[in-house]
Amino acid sequence: MEHKDLVIIGGGSAGMAAAVAAYDAGIKDILILERTEFLGGILNQCIHNGFGLHEFKEELTGPEFLTRFVDQVKERGIAYELEANVLSLSKDKVVTYLSAKGKTEIQAKAVIMAAGCYERNSGAIGIPGTRPAGVITAGQAQLYLNEFGYMVGKKVFILGSGDIGLIMARRMTLEGAKVLGVAELMPYSNGLNRNIQQCLKDFDIPLYLSHTVTKIIGKEHLEAIEISQVDEKMRPIPGTEQRFDVDTLLLSIGLIPNNSILDQAGAIPSSTRGSKVNQNMETSIPGVFSCGNVLHVHDLVDYVVEEGRQAGAAAAAYLQGKEGKSEARIECVPGNGIGYVVPSWIDLEQAGDSIPLKFRCRKPSKNVYISISFNGKEIKKMLKLAMIPSEMEIMKLPKNLLDSNQGKLEVSLVAKGE
Amino acid sequence: MKDILIIGGGAVGAFVARKASSYNLKVSVIEACQDVGDVTSMANSAIVHSGYDPVPGTKKAIFNVKGNRMFPQVCKDLDVHFEPIGSLTVALNDAQYQMLLPLLERAKENGVPAELLSAEQVKAMEPNISPKVKGALLCPTAGTVNPFTLVAHAMENAVDNGVKVHLGEKVIGIEEKDGIFVVHTTRRDHEAKVVINCAGLHSDEIAAMVEPIDWSIKPRKGEYFVLDHYAKGLVNHVLFPLPSEKGKGILVTSTTSGNYLVGPSSEWDDDKEDFSTDAPTLANVKEQALMMVPNIPFREQIRTFSGLRATPSTHDFIIEPSKKYPNFINCGGIESPGLVSSPAIGEYVIDELVSKVLPLEPKESYNPKIRPYLHPATMDEQELNALIRKDPDYGIVVCNCEKVTLGEIKDCLSRSLPPQTVKAVKKRTRAGFGKCQGGFCQPKVVMLLAKHFGCSPADILYDNQGSEIIAKEAK
Repeated sequence: MEHKDLVIIGGGSAGMAAAVAAYDAGIKDILILERTEFLGGILNQCIHNGFGLHEFKEELTGPEFLTRFVDQVKERGIAYELEANVLSLSKDKVVTYLSAKGKTEIQAKAVIMAAGCYERNSGAIGIPGTRPAGVITAGQAQLYLNEFGYMVGKKVFILGSGDIGLIMARRMTLEGAKVLGVAELMPYSNGLNRNIQQCLKDFDIPLYLSHTVTKIIGKEHLEAIEISQVDEKMRPIPGTEQRFDVDTLLLSIGLIPNNSILDQAGAIPSSTRGSKVNQNMETSIPGVFSCGNVLHVHDLVDYVVEEGRQAGAAAAAYLQGKEGKSEARIECVPGNGIGYVVPSWIDLEQAGDSIPLKFRCRKPSKNVYISISFNGKEIKKMLKLAMIPSEMEIMKLPKNLLDSNQGKLEVSLVAKGE
Repeated sequence: MKDILIIGGGAVGAFVARKASSYNLKVSVIEACQDVGDVTSMANSAIVHSGYDPVPGTKKAIFNVKGNRMFPQVCKDLDVHFEPIGSLTVALNDAQYQMLLPLLERAKENGVPAELLSAEQVKAMEPNISPKVKGALLCPTAGTVNPFTLVAHAMENAVDNGVKVHLGEKVIGIEEKDGIFVVHTTRRDHEAKVVINCAGLHSDEIAAMVEPIDWSIKPRKGEYFVLDHYAKGLVNHVLFPLPSEKGKGILVTSTTSGNYLVGPSSEWDDDKEDFSTDAPTLANVKEQALMMVPNIPFREQIRTFSGLRATPSTHDFIIEPSKKYPNFINCGGIESPGLVSSPAIGEYVIDELVSKVLPLEPKESYNPKIRPYLHPATMDEQELNALIRKDPDYGIVVCNCEKVTLGEIKDCLSRSLPPQTVKAVKKRTRAGFGKCQGGFCQPKVVMLLAKHFGCSPADILYDNQGSEIIAKEAK
């Protein structure tokens, strides 16, 4: 069996950023395992711009952004293998993967999971009607178009206002397709505001809020869809059906962490369908870290690489024995109005001076306080003029506000004036 | 001129063809779809029924029990995944428990091993069963099978033994001239001494092309949920509720791929082409299934689908020559338990019915075994690495969810009955069957097919004619 200090599963933005950070912290014996033919992950197909405003203070395309990280990996001589598909991870950190070299087992001292996410699809939500060709996820249409050069349709409707769907509305319009509309189940959009403006409004593509697709019509190929308005419990309202004759239905209905390897390894799962981690991105398996979209789905790649660096640095500290053992820990939970909180645990003894808390609100909120309470006592409060679920919030919590190494930390929203 | 023309390439057509290929006969199969086993044979519960519940003496009972006994060998010869996990017919109240007793008697009459279990025994075997369970009927010879490769491999084996398969050809008329049938299709005319109608949902229409018939097929729709394969050990047997006049009821089972299947509903349909699903029916399937297994993790749902049972007006399989022509043989109304019965039906049709109209001379070169498929996922490390050294494509994973390698897809394409569509690749290799439903691998499969068949990716079909995935090249 081969041995490595650090094996990173996934050579996308999170994995590369983690590798660079670990290397810079002194860990040289690193191997990145990437399942596709290229480093860079999903950014390879994101040829639009808008990446890197935080990271590089300029607007880059996906391939430009990833190239900067590939360069950093290559400059450092960090080893990586392409078309290397990880089959399993054991609790004692044996990574088994398949490649043209064969089936290989590596005993790693530390592992960083950075395998990204996949798209929720029509099978998962079981849209009523038939299952013809022409119903595909937005990212898949993007893959066909941007990597292979083929358009999947000419008359398009989009279900879900996630960012990939919005980007594809513009992309396919520019390629000559007619995008008839976007239906969003929620009463608000699930994409970034800039994408609503630049991808829909600028092209006069209507957004139907509180609507969903209630029927897929077509035997072999999609011929039409029916959308309906939904009530406050998201049930379709009879009599509100509208039919659109389209050959393509793109689905942009959410991303799901591709976390089966950690789930099977026995890492404690989180409500985001990733694994629970502490403030150092360490899972319940010591020495196994998780970061990026496999942990929780991010809105911006800039935050993904930041989290990757955090995991890389923490893995380095673990390998260098800087991380001690501590059983006591603080549980972080979402309170009123909050969907989830990362990390799930804080181990105060291992934490830096400032602990980043990441969370999303459940629904759009205006003039609210983000309130952080610890063991029932409010320790921090911040006014937010507006919050939307599509934007992840990051709040840095000073370590000195926590007066104990155990208990419950709750993030919640409190209306102004309460 | 063919000796035998088989209309329909589903499970029955494939096993009739395979049996026919063991004799010195010229045999062709015509199939309307772009792949074999693409309609009812594909969309069902994939259960190898034990045969405990059909009415004794019916064709359903006879062929089910005989087919069940043939299954282990058939699956071995054809390299098809078969899991003899046994079935439990579960009683959730005292009245239902009383109904198990006549079922036990019926099982005995049909010659099917069965045993009545107490609530405690059931709970020990099935930790996730409803606490209301009162007992169950265990039928250890029931199992699950991969229905996709069952049909594809049976037909491939038939082709290996000399059968010709014509895909994408639909019958539009049949004439009889001096004891010979001329079958007109959308592509050409076929002449044959014997025609065997295995046309599934459309078997009544085909039968009516040669003479008036007194039976008909009415489709009965079944809708299902498919769950991913990460919830291990949810159920260990095929779990049935008590059967009713509507069928075997909504079952919960694992599949040979480790997924879970929940369904089917049972609703009459007027349209033989209606494979849609609808929300109220699926909600009812869910509700019924949760009564038997209360903690089914529906969040692991990766697909819903529906299939149409070819339900005959006669309530039993129709496997007999037409009234007027002993050389026109109908296999109609093969609804459940059709999949398990199909190997037995194939033997009966050839050896008992065709033998009366054609001389059957065993073919010396007949080989009942398919060229073995390689299964990298179940190989030990040494064996796998030896294979990858020989052919590195077996180390390249195309479908990440189901871990399907490029080598496996290329192997399929190299065979006597290669998959022509994305769905045919999916059915044979499982590429695209996982939780991402082909989100990442489908474009790769499209490009592989285009390269293999020397056509544009825009010509590659998902399934039947008209199901192109790509509209055009980008600007």
